[in-house]
Amino acid sequence: MADSQFVTPTKVTRGLGASKTGTSHHIRQRVSALALIVLVPWFLFSIMKAALTGYDAALAWVASPLNAILLVLTAGAAFYHMRLGMQVVIEDYIEKPGTRAALLILNTFFTAVLFVAVVMSVLRIWTGS
Amino acid sequence: MSGTQKADSRPVSPHLQIWRFHATMAASITHRFTGMALYGGTLLIAAWLFALASGPDAYAMVEAAAFSIPGQILLFLWAVAILYHFANGIRHLVWDGPGAGFDPKVASQISIFNYVFAIVGASALMFAAMNS
Repeated sequence: MADSQFVTPTKVTRGLGASKTGTSHHIRQRVSALALIVLVPWFLFSIMKAALTGYDAALAWVASPLNAILLVLTAGAAFYHMRLGMQVVIEDYIEKPGTRAALLILNTFFTAVLFVAVVMSVLRIWTGS
Repeated sequence: MSGTQKADSRPVSPHLQIWRFHATMAASITHRFTGMALYGGTLLIAAWLFALASGPDAYAMVEAAAFSIPGQILLFLWAVAILYHFANGIRHLVWDGPGAGFDPKVASQISIFNYVFAIVGASALMFAAMNS
């Protein structure tokens, strides 16, 4: 850039990339990852046990308050984390503005709907309705 | 890029075909690939919980699908994906936080470890599930 003599490095960088909310996205992705480091091992072991013991035992497993809370937390962290991750994939590979915007919106809707489906299922079992 | 007018040349993601094969490159691609696979894999978990909340009949259907051969293969692949993404994700956090593990030799070894961890771990999980 020949005329960058009076342009600060920050300004040059902003001209090259999106430079809007990248830092926040980066941190959110990693904070949700930290939560998942704790939640995923619990989730893997206990859902495996629950899935092997039949309908009544699985029901009892979800209905216990601690498991219900941890399940909703796991779902929240996981869906948030994967929404952020898929956003980056879409931004990296989909160049056409219309398609990109549509997929980004779909990504948000898909994860939101799935999260609500999981939470409602857990609540339904927990309250026994 | 004919026909498009761009104000500036924005940095683009490095494309897959420009990389010579090496362990860290494979690990990086696998991380993204397993992440995308797990995105779809959440449908399995959601279906299980949804069926459990719906009643014994719906649950029996999901249970039958899960214990079928294709279901078992799918669950095994899901376990490999989640264990790989988990191990390699911790490596990413170590890169970002303490900033350790950048030495090429160490980075390659960790990449290979993550693959072994995922496959051995998933096999152990499946073995434990089948013999319980």
